[in-house]
Amino acid sequence: MDDITQGVTEAIHLIVTLDPDVMQIAALSLYISLSATCIAALIGIPLGGIIHFREFPGKRALIILIQTLYSVPTVVVGLILYLLISKSGPLGFLSLLFTPEGMILGQTILILPIMVGLVISALSGVDKSISDTLVALGATGFQKILQIVIEARFAILSAVVLGFGRAIAEVGVAMMIGGNIREFTRVLTTAITLETAMGEFGLSIALGIILLGLALIVVVILNLITSGLSSESQQIIGGPQG
Amino acid sequence: MIRIEKLTKKFGSTEPVKETDLEIRAGEIFTFIGPSGSGKTTLIRLIDLLEWPTTGKIFFDGIDTGSSEQVRLAIRRRMGMVFQKPAVLNTTVAKNVAFGLKFRGIPEAEAQKKVRGALELVGLPDFTDRKAVTLSGGEMQRVALARAMVTEPEVLLLDEPTANLDPVSADLIEKLIIGINKKFGTTMIMATHDMIQGQRLADRIGVIMDGRLVQTGTADEIFYQPKGRSIARFVGIDAITGGIVVDNTGGHAVIRVGNNCFEALTDIQKGKRAALYIRPEEVTLTPANGLPAKSSVRNQLNGRITKILPYGPFVRISVDCGFILTTIITRRSCSELTLNIGTDVVAGVKATAIHVLPEDDDLPFHQ
Repeated sequence: MDDITQGVTEAIHLIVTLDPDVMQIAALSLYISLSATCIAALIGIPLGGIIHFREFPGKRALIILIQTLYSVPTVVVGLILYLLISKSGPLGFLSLLFTPEGMILGQTILILPIMVGLVISALSGVDKSISDTLVALGATGFQKILQIVIEARFAILSAVVLGFGRAIAEVGVAMMIGGNIREFTRVLTTAITLETAMGEFGLSIALGIILLGLALIVVVILNLITSGLSSESQQIIGGPQG
Repeated sequence: MIRIEKLTKKFGSTEPVKETDLEIRAGEIFTFIGPSGSGKTTLIRLIDLLEWPTTGKIFFDGIDTGSSEQVRLAIRRRMGMVFQKPAVLNTTVAKNVAFGLKFRGIPEAEAQKKVRGALELVGLPDFTDRKAVTLSGGEMQRVALARAMVTEPEVLLLDEPTANLDPVSADLIEKLIIGINKKFGTTMIMATHDMIQGQRLADRIGVIMDGRLVQTGTADEIFYQPKGRSIARFVGIDAITGGIVVDNTGGHAVIRVGNNCFEALTDIQKGKRAALYIRPEEVTLTPANGLPAKSSVRNQLNGRITKILPYGPFVRISVDCGFILTTIITRRSCSELTLNIGTDVVAGVKATAIHVLPEDDDLPFHQ
């Protein structure tokens, strides 16, 4: 119990004093996980859209495969990527091992299936009658798809939030690809692992609280963006081309 | 305005639209009536170019709609559609109404003006900023109507627009449909399973049964001269079968059914079998012990009441005259005439109120 109270006190102290070490770790975590989330969203939303709106053989099987990949262990992604980007691996020339960029790549691969899968679910959640209505109102194929994506915005937001959550909370990729190098690839989760191993429970708890705080801020901002989308969407779908 | 030639549509093994030919004229209200599942919705969707036909062609203003997606989009933009279940997008009423204009690239200021006009047209001028998903069914359907009308379509398609609505909202939508047709001359094509609604609204009616357009005509033609037993049943007439034409003098025929003889107008020749179709409203009832019936009613049949069923402000009475004759009279007349099950009555039918069809010449889709 003492450790926990001490941890909370220390967390408050570290945050209030803007401890440079802690700030650096938190900023790096945020940078890596947000980058991975953005890249995964940029790939995942259109990819989910293509899979949802196109009919092709093996579509069902592909969706099952994507859903299976939701549960891929972070260490397995770490291991495979490690083998690919290590000096002797086929992508060794990129020199990504033990770099933040390598960690971004790993987290992107880790959360992409969740994003694609949940985007497909989100789009399937939009009633078929909406699609018919849009076509009957004279929408082109592109206008229809864009409008359905906007209609599913809250569910798609959940996909993005969940992806971000998995990225910032994971240890496997960060440890295996990043290597927990101080001031270079050390992030919140790997720092917690290390401090706990060294018996610094207070610092670990403080880092845990900071991690949750960051997650809260990111989720709130994403929600605000989505609410704003309702009004902005109207300008996007217009245009003289019609 | 729209010409349909040899149109069919198959989904797997089912064929909701069987070979159909039809011409819809500019400015008319044309209504498809038929039982649920008879293929009305599929036909309406084909006309709105939401589906590709399996075979056959649809011409819009002389243009073949089957040539390319671009042509179909351009033609679809000259039409409006209101679905049975109105789907609104999760945004304001005004933005919902504006979608068709946005898709067509109409500038914002002009679009806003048109949206206001369309909402006024359907009587919802103050609903602009309301969230569309919070509206009642009737209000949503009016928004759907405004959304379809805002682009000033030449043809408005309506698929069971009042099927899910309460009577008051349904009445309002019907008034709007007629009003729009009068005001803008919009060609209206509507599907309904409610034959009375079809009768109220339509200039012409097409009866659809089991994917086939089985009769096209004015409401009177459909309701008084159905072309077969299935259509007759659908418009509320039970056939009296087993008749034989025993005499025919220049179209004025005498038809024997059991022990009764009817006078009716038909070209069916002496000796042929005939079925009689009599609208229940056309049958008068008088108690058998009452005053002698008026002489203008040519057919007087003695019978006994076997069934009395309430039917809104009316009652539906079955009279056994050797065959069952059905009549509809008001509740009040029923009690004033003290009619009960078992009462002996005289049923009167004018010769002109009997529609006669050859007995074995029914269309190939029974019941």
